[in-house]
Amino acid sequence: MSAHILVATTGRILRQLRHDRRTIALLILMPTLLLTLLYFMYDGQEQAFNRIALIMLGVFPFIMMLLITSIAMLRERTSGTLERMFTTPVGKLDLLFAYGIAFGVAATVQAAVTALLAYWLLGLETAGSAGLVVLIAVANAVLGVALGLLCSAFARTEFQAVQFMPVVAAPQLFLCGLFVARPDMAGWLEGISNVMPLSYSVEALMEVGAHPSATGTMWRDLIIVLCVVVAALALGAATLRRRTP
Amino acid sequence: MITAASCARCLARPNLIIHLALNFEGIAMDTAIEVDDLVVERGKHPVLHGISTRIQRGVITGLLGPSGSGKTTLMRAIVGSQVVKAGDVRVFGYPAGSASLRHRVGYVTQSPSVYGDLTVGENVRYFASLYKYGATEAAAAIANVGLDGHEDQMVSTLSGGQRARASLACALVGQPDILVLDEPTVGLDPVLREELWRQFRALAEAGTTLLVSSHVMDEANRCDRLILIREGSVIADDAPGAIKTAADADDMDKAFLTLISAQGEKG
Repeated sequence: MSAHILVATTGRILRQLRHDRRTIALLILMPTLLLTLLYFMYDGQEQAFNRIALIMLGVFPFIMMLLITSIAMLRERTSGTLERMFTTPVGKLDLLFAYGIAFGVAATVQAAVTALLAYWLLGLETAGSAGLVVLIAVANAVLGVALGLLCSAFARTEFQAVQFMPVVAAPQLFLCGLFVARPDMAGWLEGISNVMPLSYSVEALMEVGAHPSATGTMWRDLIIVLCVVVAALALGAATLRRRTP
Repeated sequence: MITAASCARCLARPNLIIHLALNFEGIAMDTAIEVDDLVVERGKHPVLHGISTRIQRGVITGLLGPSGSGKTTLMRAIVGSQVVKAGDVRVFGYPAGSASLRHRVGYVTQSPSVYGDLTVGENVRYFASLYKYGATEAAAAIANVGLDGHEDQMVSTLSGGQRARASLACALVGQPDILVLDEPTVGLDPVLREELWRQFRALAEAGTTLLVSSHVMDEANRCDRLILIREGSVIADDAPGAIKTAADADDMDKAFLTLISAQGEKG
């Protein structure tokens, strides 16, 4: 890895994003609009809204980044730019970390805007600080990026890549504690949820919702999520091939 | 043949004897690319059947053959992006695709591989930055392919020929020692084609090694050396004039056809 290549590649990905105004609008507005929908669904049930909106602040960036990263990486592959990139001094880790950083920056903007509107307009209340919520949301987005990069290695077309979304995201969403509290699940389901990274980020968010200051559990959960990010990026690098048949 | 009188490097440097000795021994001194018994399969389908060739430094080598003959596969093996079944490919003495070669080899794929959602300038400046070059070099590369004035245009809105040139500029900007160009002049008008070939010649004169594939035979005459391949085997590997003489033909098309039928009779 080299710093100037990482910076150049991150800049290039952000520039590509900047030219795509519609994607920027979707990225920034969609989570807020969906939260607004939830706000009206749970009209008068403040506690339920607070719980679900808080979890959604973490889930939206995860799902969105998972999707756009796997498609973006696939586009590199199908347009021939990935093959070309590998004949230049760009390393695998340069490329993967550049995607992680660039989309992480995009996710920070997204999470900040969504959180701001959720607290201000929709009256979201948490015991802990909004800053921690944004931090966890960004960690979740980067988790989505890392898993998206990994998934893209197993998809040959965009058509296949979008099918990976339900495969990777849906089980995590079902078992993360959003629908049924994890300790209330059957033992084997809880076991599965214990090895899914989203379970930890949702737990971390709920810690922020319930405690005025950051708890040890929250930090532990955040570290687990970041470890999964690093592992997924390393696996992603291992599945990227300079030479192809 | 290089002699002491004609070799600029010897005249410029005092250690002439060593240089001469290396040349006389015919060591890799003037060889940029060595391909030995290269076998490549794509899918279950054999594409290259044990190809061997030498590509000289600082000259333009043309890689000619019908589509599907293995030109692109050979080029991908040279830049190190092709999975190889057997054989050896070396560039400047290093195995193809080595990390140390990635600053020195420029590859332009047949279908332009540039970012459609960036402007021409952003594309070229990105590739420039990978080699630690800046905006000045990027602007020069853009001008060299005749795209000045299009710097701020999105690549997705360019014509096919313009996109191919944007892709070429991204390789030129790295100032590589070897340029591997897969059909760089397809879809270009005669004026532009002439202009690009003039540039290839200038690059070669400045010491760059060029490997250019084409299936247009009239481009063959512009090369210093030709490798004709057909169905994954080399059928001729010589200077254009020598190939025509050997085939007793006055143009390249005829020479190629003669060589193919001669090979068919042998086979």
